[in-house]
Amino acid sequence: MDYATLLQILDSTMRLAAPLLLACLAGLYSERAGIFDIGLEGKMLMAAMCAGAVAALSGNVWIGLLAGIAGSMIFALIHGVASITFRGNQLISGVALNFVASGITVLVAQSLFRQGGRTPPLSGAERFNPIELPFAESVAKVPVVGPFYAEVLSGHGALVYVALLAVPLTWWVLYRTRFGLRLRAVGENPASVDTAGISVIRLRYTAVMITGVLCGIAGAYMATGLQAGFGKEMTAGRGYIALAALIFAKWRPWYALMSTMLFGFFQALALRPDVLKNTIGFDVPVPALDALPYILTVIALAGFVGRAIPPRAGGEPYVKER
Amino acid sequence: MSLMQKFLGAAATLALTAGAALADPAIIYDLGGKFDKSFNEAAFNGAERWAKETGGTYKELEMQSEAQREQALRRLAETGANPVVMTGFAFGDVLNKVAPDFPDTRFAIIDMVVDQPNVKSVVFTEEQGSYLVGMMAAMASKTGTVGFIGGMDIPLIRKFACGYAEGVKAANPDAKIVANMTGTTPAAWNDPVKGAELAKAQKSQGADVIYAAAGGTGIGVLQAAADEGILSIGVDSNQNYLHPGQVLTSMVKRVDNSVYEAFKEGADLKTGIVVMDLKAGGVDYAMDDNNKALVTPEMKTAVDEAKAKIEAGEIKVHDYMSDETCPALTF
Repeated sequence: MDYATLLQILDSTMRLAAPLLLACLAGLYSERAGIFDIGLEGKMLMAAMCAGAVAALSGNVWIGLLAGIAGSMIFALIHGVASITFRGNQLISGVALNFVASGITVLVAQSLFRQGGRTPPLSGAERFNPIELPFAESVAKVPVVGPFYAEVLSGHGALVYVALLAVPLTWWVLYRTRFGLRLRAVGENPASVDTAGISVIRLRYTAVMITGVLCGIAGAYMATGLQAGFGKEMTAGRGYIALAALIFAKWRPWYALMSTMLFGFFQALALRPDVLKNTIGFDVPVPALDALPYILTVIALAGFVGRAIPPRAGGEPYVKER
Repeated sequence: MSLMQKFLGAAATLALTAGAALADPAIIYDLGGKFDKSFNEAAFNGAERWAKETGGTYKELEMQSEAQREQALRRLAETGANPVVMTGFAFGDVLNKVAPDFPDTRFAIIDMVVDQPNVKSVVFTEEQGSYLVGMMAAMASKTGTVGFIGGMDIPLIRKFACGYAEGVKAANPDAKIVANMTGTTPAAWNDPVKGAELAKAQKSQGADVIYAAAGGTGIGVLQAAADEGILSIGVDSNQNYLHPGQVLTSMVKRVDNSVYEAFKEGADLKTGIVVMDLKAGGVDYAMDDNNKALVTPEMKTAVDEAKAKIEAGEIKVHDYMSDETCPALTF
């Protein structure tokens, strides 16, 4: 594998990892607050549809992005009401929302555009077009680092950079702010948070809504950045891969960046079986590469790379008094 | 209880009378979905054409999951629909099981051979159509490298790839062909994001014309090719209009004609195997205003010449499904 090929694969990795990273961080907020969220997939799908539809109708991708976030937040709110206020089973609520999203997105898109559950193809200002980072042209001539900057880091849609910036931001929020401390506490021991006079309910709702925002960005990026419009089931299981990445990352933001990049890299590598064959000398079946993220997650869960311990109060609805 | 019985009775009577009164034709679309802008949409267009011409009505059903196949087929047959047309090889096994249970109903299956007395099997010679677009791809390519992106990795899609590769080699023996499949599950028909990434990966390997035989995934391939400024080739339906001036041509498979004819024959559907080849107009390459500027006169002459030779039997395009090998391409 020569350097140019590696750069191309890494470039593809960035594009494929961005929605995973956003969804993974989304899940991180929710699960750190003690609310398991299987519905990442559904929220992304909903956001993709809303973003694609509104961008097509308004002609402005930023309005589309806002609509995507709004659509995803509505689903997040439903999840919150079901699992926080009514103390329902969080897994069932999440699964149900996935099913609802799968059907309702096609239904709404069909009734709006009559194109068989698709949104119309977007072009120009209706999409997130690649942004060239400053000095990409001139730096490209610097050996090794230059092409990396120009090829891999530069030339992505705006939301890829949003995803990357969300990592340090999440770290800062979680570990350097009062809100973050409380958020982590409410996922470990909500009773102590309650004793300190802080509302568990409000904290958890806030976390779930942040999840909605991040999933919204992820979905909008898929429909308006990676693709030019929404198509039925277009998230194709990325919400679940993000969940696997979250476990692999042990619910930590920087690890989330690494695990989603790793999973994105596997996906990008699966697109180039020829490169893999030349590098390691024998044929690896593509399905084996596709399955790698899940295998790695199982390994992580089995404790081979240090134990992955979920937030202790995760999945448990908080009851103030028994 | 008695009320319930009354309701059930009424419902049953209704269903029976409905079944007896109308022997409407029915169509079942495969997982790609009715509006995949490709294979299933072609079938839908055929059904619509029949409805418009005859003023008749037809039943239709879109598959949502693999598990529904048998149930969907039985339900349609039970409602008295005749004939029942289904699109896609995946119905083969199920139809083999269901067809004997409904001896009075005629079935038609597209893309698969089912050996039952009341079944019409329509197969297309995709390798011939793919051969033609392969020639055009090789002639339009400036880099000498062309790409192929398939949907789910099944023999049928390899048949497309193999015919395409032979056509490419016929026009340019030194051409390099990069072939990828999207996946091994039915989800591979509906992953435009992965299709787009595959197209970009192929472009980085030098491909400047990419043929997508991947259902809904192909939309992503065509989109990425248009974004990257390279050419693409559509499949099944005429997809030239999706990105005018950037889709070289489309390998059209006249599924619409087959559905239309099956509907027209109605309950007297002729059973047996029908092979829709180049000669019968079953497959072809698409020319319209959208790709007029892309196809040079030399390309057109060469392709039409090859077409005539295939029709006359002078050129034999290898059928991957006949022996599961491909002389022009290794998978």
